[in-house]
Amino acid sequence: MRAILTRTLVAQARESDFVFLTGDVGFMAFEPLRDAARERFINAGIAEQNMISVAAGLACAGLRPWVYSIAPFLYARAFEQIRNDVCMHDLPVFLVGNGGGYAYGVMGPTHHAIEDYGSLLGLPNLTVYVPAFAADVSEAATRVLKAARPAYLRLGLDETPRDFSPPPYAPWRRLLSGRLATVVVVGPLAGGILAAAQALPESQRPTLWVLSELPIRSAEIPAAFVADFQQSGHLVVVEEHVAHGSAGASLAHALVGAQMAPRRFTHRFALGYPTGHYGSQLYHRRECGLDPSSILKLATTTP
Amino acid sequence: MKDILRKARLRLLKLHFDSGVGHIGGNLSSLDVLLTLHHRVMRRDDRFILSKGHAAGALYVTLWSLGRLTEEQLATFHEDHTKLAGHPVPQGVSDVPFGVGSLGHGLGLAAGLALGKKLRGQSGRVFCLLSDGEWNEGSTWESLMFLAHRNLREVVPIVDLNGLQGLGETAEVLDLGSLASKLREFGVEAREVNGHDPDAIERAFEAPPVDRPFAVLARTIKGHGVSFMENRMEWHYLPMTAEQYRIAVEEANRP
Repeated sequence: MRAILTRTLVAQARESDFVFLTGDVGFMAFEPLRDAARERFINAGIAEQNMISVAAGLACAGLRPWVYSIAPFLYARAFEQIRNDVCMHDLPVFLVGNGGGYAYGVMGPTHHAIEDYGSLLGLPNLTVYVPAFAADVSEAATRVLKAARPAYLRLGLDETPRDFSPPPYAPWRRLLSGRLATVVVVGPLAGGILAAAQALPESQRPTLWVLSELPIRSAEIPAAFVADFQQSGHLVVVEEHVAHGSAGASLAHALVGAQMAPRRFTHRFALGYPTGHYGSQLYHRRECGLDPSSILKLATTTP
Repeated sequence: MKDILRKARLRLLKLHFDSGVGHIGGNLSSLDVLLTLHHRVMRRDDRFILSKGHAAGALYVTLWSLGRLTEEQLATFHEDHTKLAGHPVPQGVSDVPFGVGSLGHGLGLAAGLALGKKLRGQSGRVFCLLSDGEWNEGSTWESLMFLAHRNLREVVPIVDLNGLQGLGETAEVLDLGSLASKLREFGVEAREVNGHDPDAIERAFEAPPVDRPFAVLARTIKGHGVSFMENRMEWHYLPMTAEQYRIAVEEANRP
């Protein structure tokens, strides 16, 4: 995903309002951007609080800064700068957090981002973009630019199934139809679940949706999605994020508020580190029941 | 200039008395620097960022002295439905680009604004007023390193060295030692000045160095100009009684 973002930004690098900041990370990734953007490629050093304030100052001068780091070093370290300097002023500062969820795997929990969008969505004016497939990144970045408001782009590792062409990027997309539960997934996690579900006949698999933008606004929930879970009677929300501040919690809130509560609602989310042991992204997903076989099992059982 | 300072001090005292709010000490220490900077140093294409947000009153009065804030606007200070809160708010008044209040933000904002102007080919400097307590914040040092490393001479930090912070003297709370020598060590020229002498303040901004940024360290007195407030920590917090206000006005009126 990061390579696609680099290509997308290289194409923007000569725009008069382009500027890119990194917190001294991105080795073997951003070199083409550094060469294309020259003095507008700024390595701000390992000093994320200042980097965000600088980005807000740059935006105040009429630029549209992209700010990159490993996700928690942005949203957790510099939370107050994001809150006060960027969001309260509704400035076009585009945060790019690499390693959504458990993507940094056995690098350890300091590098994981399992409470990122939940923390950020409490702030005003900010939109979260979670591309599900590498093919989404360019369009998501274009939407970030076009909106020209505070944004958080959560990048992960691409898990697009082989021979699958994702439908064009949109906040809500139906990936697969099935006769069982209606499953909505946030982010790249959708890829593995899709691959496993595709192998099953339609009568034995769930309908699969992917959600890529937050917050959830009731008016923007597609009617086709509502029809799907009303018909199936079971809505399953799956995300690599803790329950607090999650997409599942806000979807439930929106649906209940709109008198559209599903008959059955199941939420699968990040549980942190339940055994106190650490491993790959897949290891953590399995611990939380977020791996494809756990999700399919859940989506095919009836209460 | 003397007349401007006197009128502004009286207006600041009235502002804080009418609204019944504290923070007057750190406003009085900053006022002369703010007025001199805005009246005698800053040019049309320069910008100012307040980092010590609790000096909002002094900034509002400075803008009022320039005719950029009206008496009617000032009268809303600290009232319900105001744009002039106790610390500057986002999208408050046009001459205040950033809402601030939590310390350690202003210098980074100033660095970004100056860098942005430079990248866009615009001229002008960005002045930023910090408190001395604000150097407890690590982010301030991050910003200092950033502007020194990039030789961002368009940013001019000004530090209100009144020597007092939340619960005591800065030397007791978290001793800063010599800020001047620390700034020099970080690659920034430090110019120390009496922060209540307008001519000296003005001179401190002349002839900037060519190879490094410079900062102005203004030695000030918390509660300056009001005898019973000077260098007394409680005036970081206390509102004035009617009798205290009467004495303060009398003293501020003395030539």
